[in-house]
Amino acid sequence: MRMNGAQAVLESLKKEGVDLVFGYPGGVVLKLYDEIYKMKFPNILTGHEQGAVHAADGYARATGKVGVVIATSGPGAANLVTGIATANMDSVPLVCITGQVANHAIGKDSFQEVDVCGITTPITKHNYLVKNVNDVPRVIKEAFFIARTGRKAPVSIDIAADVFNAEIDFNYPDKINLRGYTDKNIGDEKSIDEIVTAVENCERPLIFIGGGVISSETSEDVREILNRLGCPSTSTLMGLGCIEPERAGYLGFAGMHGSYGANMAIQNCDLLLAIGMRFSDRVTGRVADFAPNAKIVHFEIDPAEVNKNIQVDYKVVGDLKWSLPLFKNKLNASKINFAEKFSAWKNQAVDEGKKHPFSFKSEGDVIKPGALISKISDLCDENTIAVTDVGQHQMWAAQFFKTKAPRQFLTSGGLGTMGFGLPAAMGAKLACPEKKVVLFTGDGSIMMNIQELATIADHDIDVKVVIVHNFILGMVGQWQRLFYSHHYSASELNLKRDFIKIAEAMGVRGYRLTKAEELETKLPEILNSQGAAVIDVYVPQDENVIPMVPGGKRLDQMVLN
Amino acid sequence: MEKYLLAVLVDNKPGVLTHVSGLISRRAFNIESISAGYTEEPSVTRINIVVSVESENELDQVVNQLGKLIDVIKIVNLSKVPSIARELVMIKVKASKEARADLVSVVDIFRAQIVDVTSENVIIELTGNQQKIDAICEVLSDYEIVEIARTGAIALSRGPVPVKKM
Ligand SMILES: Cc1ncc(C[n+]2csc(CCOP(=O)(O)OP(=O)(O)O)c2C)c(N)n1
Repeated sequence: MRMNGAQAVLESLKKEGVDLVFGYPGGVVLKLYDEIYKMKFPNILTGHEQGAVHAADGYARATGKVGVVIATSGPGAANLVTGIATANMDSVPLVCITGQVANHAIGKDSFQEVDVCGITTPITKHNYLVKNVNDVPRVIKEAFFIARTGRKAPVSIDIAADVFNAEIDFNYPDKINLRGYTDKNIGDEKSIDEIVTAVENCERPLIFIGGGVISSETSEDVREILNRLGCPSTSTLMGLGCIEPERAGYLGFAGMHGSYGANMAIQNCDLLLAIGMRFSDRVTGRVADFAPNAKIVHFEIDPAEVNKNIQVDYKVVGDLKWSLPLFKNKLNASKINFAEKFSAWKNQAVDEGKKHPFSFKSEGDVIKPGALISKISDLCDENTIAVTDVGQHQMWAAQFFKTKAPRQFLTSGGLGTMGFGLPAAMGAKLACPEKKVVLFTGDGSIMMNIQELATIADHDIDVKVVIVHNFILGMVGQWQRLFYSHHYSASELNLKRDFIKIAEAMGVRGYRLTKAEELETKLPEILNSQGAAVIDVYVPQDENVIPMVPGGKRLDQMVLN
Repeated sequence: MEKYLLAVLVDNKPGVLTHVSGLISRRAFNIESISAGYTEEPSVTRINIVVSVESENELDQVVNQLGKLIDVIKIVNLSKVPSIARELVMIKVKASKEARADLVSVVDIFRAQIVDVTSENVIIELTGNQQKIDAICEVLSDYEIVEIARTGAIALSRGPVPVKKM
């Protein structure tokens, strides 16, 4: 079919099953937006390109589909950078389409020109500059393929403005021809046999899962493996939801602010089965002393992750969708009654954890963050998606919100991007309209993309925005309290801002909770009401997130109070 | 520090060199030299990288990270198979009348060539392995070197099997 480049972009998106894009117009994408208008292609206009890219990210995290964002050249593209880096760190599939100045203007420091490929090279899996309209269908096909296969990640496509106007005989390719890339990530089955033997010969195994289990959709396999082994288990922040919180032997998440029980189990186990996680420095404590008594097994799709941060004893390189079912079957075929064999160790790990569970002290009628989040967790059904921003509230949400299923705890783990929360929650709600979406944010973080309150109001996107309002950049304050002699340098927020007024001005209802009893008298009704709401909850300024593994310490050297 | 010569076959597409060099700098790999050129296949560029690493593990990291680049087709560590490596250097040296005879004998000893002569200087060209190139640079440092251009090492495996089939 004969069409212009802009139509070709949209037709290609349709072929990829894209039903919604997040985007912001500008000079070089005017033609593209004209076709969006004519085709009635669903586009959510956000308040800021950063909002658009985090929204696409939230959409992708909530569904597993590829999130799509569109921005104009120069400042529009540059505004995507934080969001692309955020998605890249957490292996979230995105396709980011930016307009570039026209071919003849490239390289001349033209108006609104930035080198998008240069800027995005370190933060994408791959990127393209499209200068010829005939490349549009192939490039879009490849971009989606690359983004959603293997280790998922963002791909950016920069399209010269004149390409949108050029004519093309549109044919969407049905084959991909990439010599250096395949979506087949099948490893060596023998490597799995070795792990089975290692499990048969160990006394104290621990399963440690990460976000890779979510992106490969293998949490069912993990649960079945746990059924068979009956050993203790833990997760990274990114893996929350894969293991049911009530499962016997589940110790909560591990790491810097993870549970005492999980961190101790890592240090005490003799076989650590790390599955779809990358030994981030937030999770290892001092690397040299990580899991000192254990042989370490790494199930991982990305060969470059193996032995990157932690030297492992066994590796199973390949898609978890390939390795975990095999591992499960091979375990099932073993003669050993694992559950019986590991039950004493499981009980020991659980009992150890009970010494210092996640907790908070109630004090008079102030609202403690832990109490707030526990209450919300109780009030939400099992399908609720919790989204967080970054800071103390993020860790409290991870500790006290009981995430029941994968894709229901959305957080910026690898990059720790303040401002991620509100747009990501918006994207998640648009992706899953039938699910309740609750955002936990801070009085610092919310300011970093607060313009999106207007977007959720304009599009009637029902997100409950819970501001854990502690009048400080709390996580910064915590470090200053513990390590910088209480010098609250540039962290206090005893300011005049009024989040209810801001919410109302943008078209969202606003509520304020200041007393503990209001968690009973007011919160349930607000949370269960229809439509977006900002819930501004005053909490004390000087609460610490506990436990904490201070930088450079071993996982068992936690600060506990 | 050990040095290894990697032959990296990549798609001959715009942006490839950005991807490769961007990766090297982002991951803070130690690169001794890098050179790129066309091959027997028009769609393929061959990048020759000499990397210096502390350990085998670090070498694996380099190879695995490079391998993740979509436009990288194949990576072979030519230091691990029988292979021949060569580098080309051109050295411009001040050549006064008195020094000229000495320079010619240095050139002869190294089986190098003088490829340009002016009244003030000569350009010496030499092909060889890295030690040989280093050696001539060392010897010539007794004279007044004006400038040096080196290609970095390139290599082929011995025997009939090309890198793309390894
Ligand atoms: C974009 C960005 N800038 C700075 C930081 C550093 N940082 C991490 S947590 C934090 C404080 C967050 O404050 P707030 O959102 O109020 O959450 P709280 O810790 O009080 O719960 C800061 C400044 C960051 N993570 N992201």
